[in-house]
Amino acid sequence: MAQGWLQVAVFVAVLIAATRPLGVYMARVFGGRRVFLSPVVGPLERLTYRVLRVDPSEEQDWKAYARSLILFSVFSWVALYLILRTQGIQPFNPEGFHSGPWDVSFNTASSFVSNTNWQFYGGETTLTYFAQMVGLTVENFVTPAVGICVLLAFIRGIVGRGGVGLGNFWQDLTRSLYYVLLPLSVVVGLILVSQGVVQTLSGASVAHTVAGAEQALAFGPAASQIAIKQLGTNGGGFFNVNSAMPYENPNALTGFVELLSIVLIPAALTYTYGRMVGRQREGWAIFAAMLAIYIAFIATIVPAEQHGTPAQHAAGSPTAAIDGSTGGNLEGKEQRNGIAESALWATTTTVTSNGSVNSAHESFTGLGGAVQMSGLATSEVVFGGVGTGLYSMLLFVLLAVFIGGLMVGRTPEYLGKKIQAREIKLISLGVLFTPLAVLATSSLATATRAGLRSIYEAGPQGFSETLYAYLSQANNNGSAFAGYTGFVQPDAPGNHGAYGISFADLLGGATMTLGRFIPIVLVLAVAGSLAGKKIAPAGPGTMRTDTPTFVFLLIGVVILVGALTFFPALLLGPIVQSLTTRLF
Amino acid sequence: MRRSALTALLATIAFTLVFGLVYPLAMTGVSQLVFPGKANGSKLTVDGRLIGSSLIGQDFKGDPRYFQSRPSQSEYAADTTYFSNLGPNSIEEREEVRGYLAAYLELEKPYDRSLSREDVPVDAIAQSGSGVDPEISEANARIQAHRIAAVRELPLARVEDLIAAHTEGRFLGLFGEPGVNVLQLNIALDEEAPSE
Repeated sequence: MAQGWLQVAVFVAVLIAATRPLGVYMARVFGGRRVFLSPVVGPLERLTYRVLRVDPSEEQDWKAYARSLILFSVFSWVALYLILRTQGIQPFNPEGFHSGPWDVSFNTASSFVSNTNWQFYGGETTLTYFAQMVGLTVENFVTPAVGICVLLAFIRGIVGRGGVGLGNFWQDLTRSLYYVLLPLSVVVGLILVSQGVVQTLSGASVAHTVAGAEQALAFGPAASQIAIKQLGTNGGGFFNVNSAMPYENPNALTGFVELLSIVLIPAALTYTYGRMVGRQREGWAIFAAMLAIYIAFIATIVPAEQHGTPAQHAAGSPTAAIDGSTGGNLEGKEQRNGIAESALWATTTTVTSNGSVNSAHESFTGLGGAVQMSGLATSEVVFGGVGTGLYSMLLFVLLAVFIGGLMVGRTPEYLGKKIQAREIKLISLGVLFTPLAVLATSSLATATRAGLRSIYEAGPQGFSETLYAYLSQANNNGSAFAGYTGFVQPDAPGNHGAYGISFADLLGGATMTLGRFIPIVLVLAVAGSLAGKKIAPAGPGTMRTDTPTFVFLLIGVVILVGALTFFPALLLGPIVQSLTTRLF
Repeated sequence: MRRSALTALLATIAFTLVFGLVYPLAMTGVSQLVFPGKANGSKLTVDGRLIGSSLIGQDFKGDPRYFQSRPSQSEYAADTTYFSNLGPNSIEEREEVRGYLAAYLELEKPYDRSLSREDVPVDAIAQSGSGVDPEISEANARIQAHRIAAVRELPLARVEDLIAAHTEGRFLGLFGEPGVNVLQLNIALDEEAPSE
């Protein structure tokens, strides 16, 4: 147990240490300044602008920015859907897979274009290498870049001095891709391959095992995709069991690198933010609020998993740690990851909207599941998605400023910008849309016969599966209580005879798309509204937003919104399960 | 609007080429050149025959001559991985664990009379995440060592040395958990003390 805590403490320390250097680098990139990669990447960047026929210096107002973003996403969606539906004629298809069903493909296309990476398919049993690379890997790159774009536009709205320009979407997109996501992915990808993550175009090999059986080993171009899957808060695994699969995450070193990759960019962006608004303390204040919630979650989930489950105890399994064994709830967890790292990963992946897993979330304890769902329920603001996390948190910051202003009787201002009725309306919609979508969809899925077909486990666990599924999809997370299914695959090779459960596929696909793009449009509208305002000089009446008091207020607002919305639902699922020793 | 749509279309095509083909194929090329063994799945061959991967666990089907891997929901299928998805309050999970516990004691107790239920490590009776976990805990290996030593007529100390040689520690002594690679350990045993 002490070992586990030490591991968590060192991980958090490394994260804090990495925040500043990467944050400074990104601030330079997005400010258009030279960085060490400029000689290599600069020519590629300029070539891209020529190919796209755009003038990167052309400022876009919020509507033009949003239009470019939406059109780009629509084309990406269509391209991905077509790729998923034409697998039979694709190259790089050594296993001879057929196309997925239309409804599952609808779900998958929506999933990857919304940076969710929810998976109703099994990677190694349904997808060609072509679809993995040209379809999924591409979306793994562009969707976090889109998240960064929205954040940059929002920051420009905050610091703008009365204009309407929020920057140029194509420039922000290109720079995020070439200067941040691509170089980091190359480095992380090569580290992963050096440790045993597969990266090949060959098909499966059949091994003749020591015990005299046959074992087919599935391969693929995995490392290149896994690197960006972790770094871009994507989360969609190359293999069905994601980073529990040794070919996806073979040892403790890759476990550490993949774990850090989940939260690295979202954390560093808070520093970039401080730089770009010219007040570093503002960035750290937001970082502190995120970190506090993160640590509270970790401190809950690790002991819960160490304690073990009622089912283990009822079976007479000893769950105490003994010499040479961690003890605890190891169902669905890998020996090399153990209890503490699996629990740390589960927290990190749910608070950030990453959604990759290194263990079976469904097999966590009731309290462990409650932490995961609470991570999802904070609307991915605790570091959150790449770009997405910070712009979502900034909505909460503005809300906290407004509430704080009301409490002390002052005009709410944030960094010199007055927060008025129009902004507050848009912000409220932005903050409430996703939680309301979760409640509506999960009630629909539990109350209808069509929804019940997707559920695997009995009792409160079945409800938890459903709630988790829509929490995850609406928040663009992508992790799952994986018993919940929208895809049925018979035991036949080449994806023959597979079919989807249309209800879950379509409801989930729509939820992911709306959960992504409605908040984006609202955030850009707030940015456009803020950009036009003058910056008032700070006076003695200004409420400071870089103090511990404000951090406390911000945490309170985040928890209050999440708790008030979801507490009743959590009671019915994971909380019941953590309070009872009854089995179902 | 027309112009934005054209730009969006061009961007979709351009980025698909860069990130869908150039990037993964370049990564594949570099990996095949620099880390050919690792990039192709860390295969293990004995006498030119592919017998598995050092990263992928195998089922030893209760054969007393071999160290046994963890229970697997997928019977160690490496091309169709899935989770057990058994919840914390699941009756089915209780039955599974009971069964694994009884089977473990039945296999090991004849070789280690002092073994009791409290000594059985959790990894030996809980299904792994991947279903192909290549490792078991050190405690699990030490219990099984009694059986291996007896069946293969090796000194217990020698078996324990082999276990230590096939144990991977934590990263920087800190991250993850130590584990014993079962397949590699069993191959080493077959070399050390062949049994028909």
